[in-house]
Amino acid sequence: MDTLTSLFDGKGTPLAKQKFTWREMATRPISKLDDDAFTRVRIILMNGIEMDALRLKNIGARFHGPLREALAQVRRAEQHQATMVNWLLSADHSPLETTVAYEQVAIEVTAAVAQTEPDPYQAQTYRFGLLEDFDHLYRYSAMLDRLEGKDANNILQGYTDIIPSRPTTDHHRAPEDDLRDSYQRDSAALITKIHAAMITAAEYQTHDYYMTIGPTFSDPLARQLYAEIASVEEQHVTQYGSLQDPDESFLEKWLIHEAMEIYAYHSCMEQEENPRIKAIWERFVDYELGHLNLVSELFKKHEGRDPAEVLQGSVPRLIEFKSQREFVRKTLAAEIDLRAKGHQFVDRKDEGKASKDYRKQLHADGVASETVSAGYQWTPGTELSLKKAS
Amino acid sequence: MQTAVKMGHNVTGAQMSPKDSEAQLKATREVPPDVPGGPEKLALVRTREAAKADSIGSVPVPGSAKGMLKTAVNKLVGVSPEVLIDKLGERLAFERGGVRLYDALLAKAKAIDTLDKAMLQTLQHFRQEEAEHLGLVTAAMEKLGADPTAMTPCADVAGCINMGVMETIADPRTSLAQCLNALLTAELSDNAGWELLIDLANASGQGDIADSFGKALQQEQVHMQTVKEWLSQEVLGQV
Repeated sequence: MDTLTSLFDGKGTPLAKQKFTWREMATRPISKLDDDAFTRVRIILMNGIEMDALRLKNIGARFHGPLREALAQVRRAEQHQATMVNWLLSADHSPLETTVAYEQVAIEVTAAVAQTEPDPYQAQTYRFGLLEDFDHLYRYSAMLDRLEGKDANNILQGYTDIIPSRPTTDHHRAPEDDLRDSYQRDSAALITKIHAAMITAAEYQTHDYYMTIGPTFSDPLARQLYAEIASVEEQHVTQYGSLQDPDESFLEKWLIHEAMEIYAYHSCMEQEENPRIKAIWERFVDYELGHLNLVSELFKKHEGRDPAEVLQGSVPRLIEFKSQREFVRKTLAAEIDLRAKGHQFVDRKDEGKASKDYRKQLHADGVASETVSAGYQWTPGTELSLKKAS
Repeated sequence: MQTAVKMGHNVTGAQMSPKDSEAQLKATREVPPDVPGGPEKLALVRTREAAKADSIGSVPVPGSAKGMLKTAVNKLVGVSPEVLIDKLGERLAFERGGVRLYDALLAKAKAIDTLDKAMLQTLQHFRQEEAEHLGLVTAAMEKLGADPTAMTPCADVAGCINMGVMETIADPRTSLAQCLNALLTAELSDNAGWELLIDLANASGQGDIADSFGKALQQEQVHMQTVKEWLSQEVLGQV
């Protein structure tokens, strides 16, 4: 695998020169019809990462008075970066279509990460979560078809399969079964830290999006489906968040986050085909280098440590934004029956009582993910094409 | 702005990626649905939820009717006043929204260099008439002692129905033909709305109000017919 060793060396754009106008932030959106699905994947991923950058820094500011001004300054740039990125989504995406796109992000990006993650336990965790998001895509695709009469593949563009995976019904676990072992800050590879920060950010965004748009639906099943899957996304945030070492200092986490942002924007820039969007990724690589340099100085000042302690080592050349169909199918065949018990992955027959009891109670009045997808088989042009509009 | 539809790199269809599409279909054959049944399960839950759902909301009691006996209310505002007030509220909301649709379309139309100036004038004229209709309905509601500032249930629903029309016309990327299509949706519904409102006012014993709406209906018929013709010209003109 190709690796990069000097990704974090540049000075980038100084914070004082990271300027925007409102019109620039609310720039022309992509075309839902003509742009490649992976352009949208990158937009959603990067918005999720920027939103998490804000989240991390806002929470950090609650605990660290001396850092508040610097945090506020970086956050302001990130707020405007997030806006410029997220506003690239065009208004003709219905919330359910955007949901399908969110799940495509979760599947394709997590699958890419799972294959380059050097820590076997962390990679297993990504594969575990991947199969659940893969199932969410199937349930939401059924909902899109049966509510709006639309084909999810108009969004997915053939890159991602629409089939049942580990059933969403079984995703609902007791909280203690969603926690995972964390990496060790002193021994983990840099890319392991970057992956954990990135996937946590993406899942957090998905959770927040479902919590925001769920109540905007009038259909009772759609409302229930979003309630159900938003709950699983909170579990995913719990899972991925626990992959990070809790003994890292706040400044260490900030440093890793900025490195992750550079890595992600760089990956976007390298693979983007839309020149207008590519220019945005390129600009923001430089902005993030500016942020990294700023936090590096703070790290030296407040912790008396060399940032290289955290940022040393190479990273894979890119997050590969491409269809991971074969990997996903292979994972599905091998791991569909895995369940989580405590921090471990076990066969479904060994699942613990806590999760079974938790699930039984929640399912007492029916399970929306089952109801909406009963008998659903994806067909080009919606299931109505299959049934000759019966 | 773009005024004519063009062939391009639309990547949404299965034909654009035949190998991927075949792989997707192969997957659906290998991994069949895991929940038995079909869409009827969803329909059953919808039926069950509809049977026990709350209403969207209520029609406010007319200010003039507060504290009056029901017979006295009927004398003032006719039979089942809530039905008439609700639909008056709907028309009021629709006409207000209609003015804004014309505002948005006028702004967009000005971006088309080749646009017939007469069309711009007609759009402006229709916009003015929608605003006048708003005044007509307000007067009718005030006559009944109803509150024209309240959002009645049908007014609320009209807002939901028209969200797609507004989104379409407000989007800078949509063409004139696409906007006219959206506007026609609104005008068709508006015509039927005025017809029904006149019938309802008569049935409610409010013949004066019904008569006051006659001119508005005629104007709306002209709006609908004109927008329909513009749309036809705009689309057929591209062939």
